[in-house]
Amino acid sequence: MTTLIDVSLGQVAAALALVAFATAISFWRRTDLERDIVVATVRSFVQLTAIGYAIKLIFEADTIWLVVALLSVMVLFGAITARSRAKKVPGAFWPLLIGLAIAAASTLGLVVALGIFEATPRYLVPVGGMMIGNAMTASAVALNRLGDEVSESRAAIEATLALGATAREAAAPFVRRALRSGTIALIDSTKTTGLIFFPGTMVGMLLAGAEPTDAVRLQLILLYALLGSTAIAALVATGLAYRNFFTPAQQLRELS
Amino acid sequence: MRGCGIIHRVLFELRDVSLSRGNRRVLDGVSAEIHPGATAIVGPSGSGKSTLLRLLDRLADPDAGTIAYRDRPLVEYDPLALRREVSLVPQLPSLLDGTVASNLAYAAELAGKDLDAGRCLGLAGLDAEFAAREVAELSVGERQRAMLARALAQEPSVLLLDEPTSALDHDARDAVEATLAELRRELDISLIVVSHDPEQARRLAERAVRLQAGRVAACGALEEALA
Repeated sequence: MTTLIDVSLGQVAAALALVAFATAISFWRRTDLERDIVVATVRSFVQLTAIGYAIKLIFEADTIWLVVALLSVMVLFGAITARSRAKKVPGAFWPLLIGLAIAAASTLGLVVALGIFEATPRYLVPVGGMMIGNAMTASAVALNRLGDEVSESRAAIEATLALGATAREAAAPFVRRALRSGTIALIDSTKTTGLIFFPGTMVGMLLAGAEPTDAVRLQLILLYALLGSTAIAALVATGLAYRNFFTPAQQLRELS
Repeated sequence: MRGCGIIHRVLFELRDVSLSRGNRRVLDGVSAEIHPGATAIVGPSGSGKSTLLRLLDRLADPDAGTIAYRDRPLVEYDPLALRREVSLVPQLPSLLDGTVASNLAYAAELAGKDLDAGRCLGLAGLDAEFAAREVAELSVGERQRAMLARALAQEPSVLLLDEPTSALDHDARDAVEATLAELRRELDISLIVVSHDPEQARRLAERAVRLQAGRVAACGALEEALA
């Protein structure tokens, strides 16, 4: 596959006109998001530029260990970011970290083992980044919902514990709803893909001059892998995190 | 765990039990003996009554002090087995989604008991036809009775009732009180009833623990404790 697209910094700068629109709309409609839009724009530029050079170095070095190191850092920052969305869940960091790590390792391992992608940096870095990013969003949404569910349903949970149910049994309906919340967004977008929106990879490949059928096939592989990684991450994160609401004596912890 | 025929003079024994939530001392050096039979825990709102009940079911542990059940420290019991024997019916009805029957079946299964739904509902003052009713369709009073029926499905030795009539009108309150009196006649069961109403304590219990700002103000025979 050859890259037919050549993007200059001037073209990137021209796209800032659309950011100006967003900022103007925020100012006009008083949504108070101007600062956030500017921060998001600057951060995206700095972060993507940095990761672009990092990926270039990793591709040139062509060693699997640098890939593992990069993906590990992404998992770590993913867990830290997702933790900020799950403030009502005590000790959310470790369930998130473990969930993201297992999701990334298992889905990447599987796509390599099935011969879908080669175990080279050119495939593992972008695919791993997508898996981790989507898994982070799914597990953050799931734990956010879990925290809300448990804090709003303390009486119901304690009533079930009072029957002699285990913490796992008492929390099961809420864990189930949290897991559903974490995974439903990607399932819904997968259902509508091609009808309502074109996913990013496919758009990128088409812009880069790839055959549409190749772009679609690669996109399908990634969508299916993403379904797996988000489900695994949300399952592991909720399955570990709910325990932090309970004591070893199967009591619902008092949270400050 | 029913005591294997041994008659225990004291059901629960509390020694210097204290519990704080944040900066607030909810229970402060509570010592009391609760005997088999019917005991009321009375006191004004915020005096620590419901918290005390939760401690007896090991839904929380005290910061200091000890609680014994049938002469054995509460912490030595398997908490799950304890809660199936000492069944707490909370103040706010919280049934699981589904039918009344499915709630009763769940409770009975947890306790490893065969369910006689009609009998449990009857003891709680509900017709057998309530078994098929969806929880969401029940009134607050019916839910409270369904909670009682669910607890009875576990065939507990002790029922801990937290303000069992707080959400009910006078007629429904009288009916639940009659049900509790009937329960005591029909079953070998001890009742520990939290109430803010001394008159209700007089109707339901023969002994009382009176709490005031987290401390025991009086404990013992009913009239003596309520005086």
